[in-house]
Amino acid sequence: MTQVATATITQAMITPFDVQKIREDFPILAQQVNGRPLVYLDNGASAQKPLSVIESMNRYYRTDNANVHRGAHTLGDRATADFEGAREKVRAFLNARESREIIWTKGTTEAINVVASGLAQSLQPGDEILVSHMEHHANIVPWQMAAERSGAVLKVIPLDERGQLLEGAFETLLSSRTKILAITYVSNVLGTINPVREMIAQAKAIGALTLVDAAQALPHFNVDVQQLNCDFLAFSSHKLFGPTGIGVLYGKANCLEALPPYQGGGEMIERVTFAKTTWNELPYKFEAGTPAIAEAVGLGAALDYLNALDRPAIELHEQNLLKRAQLLAREVPGMHLIGTAEQKVPVVSFKIEGLHPSDIGTLLDQQGIAIRTGHHCAMPLMDFFAVPGTARASFAFYNTQEEVEQLFTALQKIQRMCC
Amino acid sequence: MTQEQKALFVGNEFGASITTDEILETFSFLDDWEERYAYVIDLGKKLPPFPESEKIELNYVHGCQSQVWLIHYFDQDSGKMYLLIESDAMIVKGLAAVVLAAFNAKTPQELLAVDIEGIFNQMDLIRHISPTRGNGLRSMVKKVQGMARLHC
Repeated sequence: MTQVATATITQAMITPFDVQKIREDFPILAQQVNGRPLVYLDNGASAQKPLSVIESMNRYYRTDNANVHRGAHTLGDRATADFEGAREKVRAFLNARESREIIWTKGTTEAINVVASGLAQSLQPGDEILVSHMEHHANIVPWQMAAERSGAVLKVIPLDERGQLLEGAFETLLSSRTKILAITYVSNVLGTINPVREMIAQAKAIGALTLVDAAQALPHFNVDVQQLNCDFLAFSSHKLFGPTGIGVLYGKANCLEALPPYQGGGEMIERVTFAKTTWNELPYKFEAGTPAIAEAVGLGAALDYLNALDRPAIELHEQNLLKRAQLLAREVPGMHLIGTAEQKVPVVSFKIEGLHPSDIGTLLDQQGIAIRTGHHCAMPLMDFFAVPGTARASFAFYNTQEEVEQLFTALQKIQRMCC
Repeated sequence: MTQEQKALFVGNEFGASITTDEILETFSFLDDWEERYAYVIDLGKKLPPFPESEKIELNYVHGCQSQVWLIHYFDQDSGKMYLLIESDAMIVKGLAAVVLAAFNAKTPQELLAVDIEGIFNQMDLIRHISPTRGNGLRSMVKKVQGMARLHC
């Protein structure tokens, strides 16, 4: 079982949260697009930001801005306190043991690249890297590059027709040659929640390192890295209601210690001479150059915001959105859902016979509805389902039942227009 | 080129009996998005069939979210360029029809003199969706203009 325990939570057990009140925290939502109230259903690509996030960055620039870790003046101290305070918030959010296990990156993509490029140096020909068929390109390409450099082999866990990992396939592929398991917690296209905790336990039992792409998981449920027991975990701030331009690589301290630096420059060094440079300690070894300070502050504010919400209530609300969408989808002739896993977050990928996803996206936009269309940076997955792309509505906790209904009313209108 | 294919090119109504002026005029009478898109989609449906055998990488227009193919035939006798475009997306096909109405069956010099941006700007709908989205309108136009330059 995953951490989404909504199936066992009943409405009566938790206070229903007031979605209209929540929406007031997100100023961008209260606008018209093409003459209609905006219905933002592209949260899987990037989520909107609560006012507290926007204001935290504003406040940082208005009062505290300076470079960090230089220590010569008051603003520098304040900026450092803000910045390191945000790191501590991430540590607490993930329940990591120490804040030095939290590395700032540009996002999930860079976080995975830090690990893949580092491990490429120790991989041997014939070693195996295990990924799944539902990975985002960010969790495929860095490993392909690592495999090419080291002579290691990329192995792919196949899927079933519902978009779940094929039962038993992972166990079959896992062997003494497996050095790394790099797996997404939640598929960005299908919404499938993978049983990563069990997979990690099995991978660890044979001595493999494990990396979890949690970019699509954290916006929907909390993750405890100690419970998961993964070696690395990556996520992006902007999908988690924080600013763009920053993300996190979590790594167990010993795993990060063993990993070579990713980039060279200032901040990541202990001592530089032309003969020999020694690396700074964790986390700074991986943070060359001046970091994204205001963005770290903004992410910290996003985590504060999430922590103040009733996350079980949110999960229930989101699952209700998903159920409604799945129900309404049955009433649209020619509509096929792609990804019908038993355990999934509120992401609905679909195709409609006779309509190209790009037509659907354009005509929904005319009705004020924002979705994503295309291959979603998961071309192997598109090949698996034999589609050029899909249309994807991805929900966040600030979406409403009415918005789900508006989506389907709009889709029916498009069908009337085109078919 | 077979006679059959040649007939397909030369028989294309866009740029012949269906002109840009006519499209722009019709467009100016349509006032809501539904009518405008329905009209564009209808235009796309009037495109002549595209030969299956020409759906190859060489003819593929990159930079579109949908699949787009574009081929041309230069008629030595008349000095005119004939074009065929295909897409698997209805709106893109409709936009292709607008492009063809402006470019098809013209000499390369005439084609290059067409103010295609001006035409797009007169169609509110196209102005809306052309600049940033992956509909490939710009790629289509560039490819056609590139072909025309080769025959100048």
